[in-house]
Amino acid sequence: MSTATLETAPADPPAPRRRSGLLHAAWRHGRTKAGVIIVGLVVVVAIAGPFLSPYSPTEPVGPPNSTGVEESLFGTDGIGRDVFSRFLHGGYTLIGIAVLAALGGVAAGAVIGIVAGYLRGWLDEFLMRTNDMVLAFPQLVLALLVMSIIGPQVWLIVLLIGGSHASRVARVAREATLKVIEQDFIKSAEAIGLPRWRIMATEILPNISSPLLVELGLRITYSVGLIATLSFLGMGLQPPTADWGLMINENRVAVTVQPWAVALPVGAVALLTIGANLITDGLSRASIGIDRGVEE
Amino acid sequence: MTRLILQRLFYGLLTLFVVSLVVFLATQALPGDAARAMLGRDATPERLTALREQLNLNDPVAVQYGKWIAGLFVLNLGESFANAMPVAEYLGPRVSSSVALMALAAIVATPIAVAIGAYSALRRDRAADHATSMVTLITAAVPEFAVGILLVLVFATGSLQLFPAVFAGSSEAVLESPEQLVLPVATLVIAVSPPIIRMMRASMIEVLESEYVQQARLKGLPERTVIWRHAAPNAIGPVAQVIAVQLGWLAGGVVAIEFLFRFPGVGMALMDAIDNRDIPVIQAVTLLIAAIYIVVNLLADIVGLAANPKVRVSSR
Amino acid sequence: MSNQQPANSGNNEHTALEVDGLTVVGRPSDVEIISGITLRVRRGEILGLVGESGSGKTTLGLSLLAHCKRATEITAGAISLSGTPLLGRTENEVRQMRGRSVAYIPQSPASALNPALRLRTQLSEALHAGPAPGNGTAGDTPRVLDRVREVLREVALPDDDAFLKRYPHQLSGGQQQRVAIAMAFIGYPDLIVLDEPTTGLDVTTQAHVLQTIRRMTRDYGTAGVYISHDMAVVADLADDIAVMYQGDVVERGAANDVLAAPQHPYTARLLRAVPLLKTGGHAEPEEEPGDALLRVRGLQANYGSAPVLQNIDIDVRRGQCVALLGESGSGKTTLSRSVVGLHHRFTGEVLFDGEALAPSSYRRTAEQRRRVQYIFQNPYEALNPRKRVRDLILAPYIHLAGQPTDPDAVVHEALERAALPAAYAERFPEQLSGGERQRVSIARAIATKPDLLICDEITSALDVSVQAEIVQLLRNLQDDGMALLFVTHNIALVSNIAQKVAVLNKGEIVEYGHVGTVMSDPRHSYTRALIADTPDFELSFSESPLHRTIQAPPVKAAPRAE
Repeated sequence: MSTATLETAPADPPAPRRRSGLLHAAWRHGRTKAGVIIVGLVVVVAIAGPFLSPYSPTEPVGPPNSTGVEESLFGTDGIGRDVFSRFLHGGYTLIGIAVLAALGGVAAGAVIGIVAGYLRGWLDEFLMRTNDMVLAFPQLVLALLVMSIIGPQVWLIVLLIGGSHASRVARVAREATLKVIEQDFIKSAEAIGLPRWRIMATEILPNISSPLLVELGLRITYSVGLIATLSFLGMGLQPPTADWGLMINENRVAVTVQPWAVALPVGAVALLTIGANLITDGLSRASIGIDRGVEE
Repeated sequence: MTRLILQRLFYGLLTLFVVSLVVFLATQALPGDAARAMLGRDATPERLTALREQLNLNDPVAVQYGKWIAGLFVLNLGESFANAMPVAEYLGPRVSSSVALMALAAIVATPIAVAIGAYSALRRDRAADHATSMVTLITAAVPEFAVGILLVLVFATGSLQLFPAVFAGSSEAVLESPEQLVLPVATLVIAVSPPIIRMMRASMIEVLESEYVQQARLKGLPERTVIWRHAAPNAIGPVAQVIAVQLGWLAGGVVAIEFLFRFPGVGMALMDAIDNRDIPVIQAVTLLIAAIYIVVNLLADIVGLAANPKVRVSSR
Repeated sequence: MSNQQPANSGNNEHTALEVDGLTVVGRPSDVEIISGITLRVRRGEILGLVGESGSGKTTLGLSLLAHCKRATEITAGAISLSGTPLLGRTENEVRQMRGRSVAYIPQSPASALNPALRLRTQLSEALHAGPAPGNGTAGDTPRVLDRVREVLREVALPDDDAFLKRYPHQLSGGQQQRVAIAMAFIGYPDLIVLDEPTTGLDVTTQAHVLQTIRRMTRDYGTAGVYISHDMAVVADLADDIAVMYQGDVVERGAANDVLAAPQHPYTARLLRAVPLLKTGGHAEPEEEPGDALLRVRGLQANYGSAPVLQNIDIDVRRGQCVALLGESGSGKTTLSRSVVGLHHRFTGEVLFDGEALAPSSYRRTAEQRRRVQYIFQNPYEALNPRKRVRDLILAPYIHLAGQPTDPDAVVHEALERAALPAAYAERFPEQLSGGERQRVSIARAIATKPDLLICDEITSALDVSVQAEIVQLLRNLQDDGMALLFVTHNIALVSNIAQKVAVLNKGEIVEYGHVGTVMSDPRHSYTRALIADTPDFELSFSESPLHRTIQAPPVKAAPRAE
């Protein structure tokens, strides 16, 4: 070999340590830990709740709107059902729908954003203009409009929330894609004629995973809020289902006599969204740090 | 510059058109008999005929849309089904109450949020900054109706009965009962402020770290000049967009808040209309909210363009 | 106010800057970024502060204005300006000294001038002549304005009201830098700190800016500290030279002494790595046998409707290196990208080994794509950060040449030819230095055994010492029979690597021929100006290794006994 005359590095220098991954870096922020604990707590209540609840969530157990009833921790609601049992049953559907809508929205948005950002041209124009139309509706009003006609259905909630997330995620994914494709390793792949779909899947997608993960956190936070708001407005899950948003709707008129029936679900929704947002913020701080190449 | 603004205006109009189409199609041109779907259990032959007549359901879809849109331009929004009065007349006072509510929230929120954001940036990584960051993180996460209920639980029930839990005034004169406005306005302010605060902080930090601010300091300018002449004007540009987006969000955000406080505005009207399947009102309100949202965002775009000297003075 | 006080410690009255034992550390790690720096600059003279990236030269430059970047702190040492100490003063006193005792000219005026303020505001506020600060006006009295106009004339800029009303983005890069110079000299400072002020300017503009700086420091009797990585510029400009390496000044002395007889091995290595212009002494061109491997005829390319390339004819033979020399905007990158199939909108003939190449890489055969490989300018962006070196090399190989029987052998051979240890196959790009990344890019390109390698400014993002190593590596590849198309803006590099050169100006080849002929006897006025404006110096102590195969001495961190 003709490299013999060159000064080369010593045979096997120890490799510098790799920067830690996004999750690792995020975990180092105190707020991420706090968020995980809070979310964990609420999720455990929501999942284990139905097995622990003392009464049926839909059967009356005492006089309506009474607190301090014996054998009923937080009293009864407007039609005499046990508040605590309804609270324990009311979480898993909300969380399940929220996560489903967020996952679907982020996945669809990522695909739209990458395709629009990389292929550009008329397809980009078309996708992004369509996106702008969807974005022109406030998420909640769009959902209300459609559901007021078709009626409240779970699949419709997932579709509407997921769909309106998708157009917001698509914007972020497109911006991130544009930053990635400026870099020469994409041109390098094009120069050797790597098929476009493989460039999108193996060169672009792994490099926008950080912003997508941050988006996922953000979208879960918003999903929980939106779905709870829909239920609160009476356009989400329907009675007699036990659901946190619906509980708030049903019991808010009696908030002065029976505050627990409102305070418990509101507290749970607030904690869940706060926790999710703390995690999201930890992720986003970590991702900024990683992008800047600084060790925090 | 003019070309860019015209282009934005064109897209704004296009978006409005498409939105009106969506509203129309979603409500009226559904497969099957829209009138029957709307009336549901209340469907009597007379009411069905009347509704079909009012919605022009006997015409082809395109004609229906044309008649509806033509009506919009002369404020003929049809007859409110539930209230037996013209929609425009029914919504008029409600629109002004909602606008009053939103304007109050905007007037309170914008300067406070910008000031907090800027202060936070100047005190970067100190206690005040960390506290602001935590509070905005929490308030940004909690859905606005939950914020409202928490405020009600604290300030309207129990020992602290400072403000009423629901609005009891009439829609004609909401400003005459200021104590009733405190909680709804406070809720909206808490809901719209966090993104403005965070953007202002981020934008200000970016500008403070910029080379031109470093250069201004190295020129020996007093810190006040550095901040007010060199940093702040450059930091506010990106924030203007966020402010506008947030104000646009208010248009949709008032729905849940009005519902919660039973405030007599468009949001409440929308929820009532949904309950009563009052299609003309649903159409009018959703279109109105979307239109406000679009127009505010359009203004934000144009302000953003006009504020940028690179665009304003076309280069070289 | 900090007017001249009597010199305190027996200082020579001509001394403008005196630095003693200056140390800056990073927080919270407590690592010393610069340690124990001692310097002295007399009035009217320029000290060249030379160092490669990470040597701490910018940190030192900023600390001369008592300014520290975030998370850094001056922990020890003293700075005095014309006898007046700068450190240990109140914020307000330091502020008063900036602009009057010491001023700063930034690396990139495009980002150091406030985009939202007119030139008039930015220039007049630098004079500190205003009434109480903060009441809006910048003390824009007629006297201030007269001074603004005067200093603008001195840096050869217009001084009329229309010009003063402009925003920075309405100026060219060279004009922006002149405004920055005017802004620094406006307050008659004792010392000016210049942080690579000509980076990003083309050589002709650079020559004018340097001339202006030289003249202004003399006329004003101002001392200058000129921070640069470019030894040739410093050799041209400075009276004294200080060489920085890893936070230390390893050598300091009169410019001629340092250049003629460097005392520290690092200085010697740095000097040897500088590509010399070499306008004479080239070997006679040999006769070229055989057909061209790459043959470009009548190539035209447009960007939108604007033509960027016209009538391009170029030949590259096997084992030959052809340099494509041009400044930014000359179209050289468009040309190289057209050849590799990344720029599609061109007309004309591109023949490779006798066959026409389709404009788009996607329309070419796998064999054609394998035989023409491209190396990109910025090694920090050319490697997918999510892949290991092994996969970076193997994936293109498999795509172009099929699954190898022994993948490890392919990776190891490619790494070896790029002078990297085999163990690097398991690393990610972030675990590599800039030079190592560029070697991986080279390894990726040569793994497929191409016949033509297109190198697009591949050394411009690297330090000179690393640049010399990469150039050496390319020469070895060429010796093995590979043809090179070497795109560069640096005319000095051309002499050191290429046999033929095509000089591109505004989309046209203005001169094309053997390097020796072009360098010693340029025909076109553009080439002549380019050669005249490029700073150059003679190495009297040894020959540049770039002209011979010579082993550069390894750098030791520990300085030699002094």
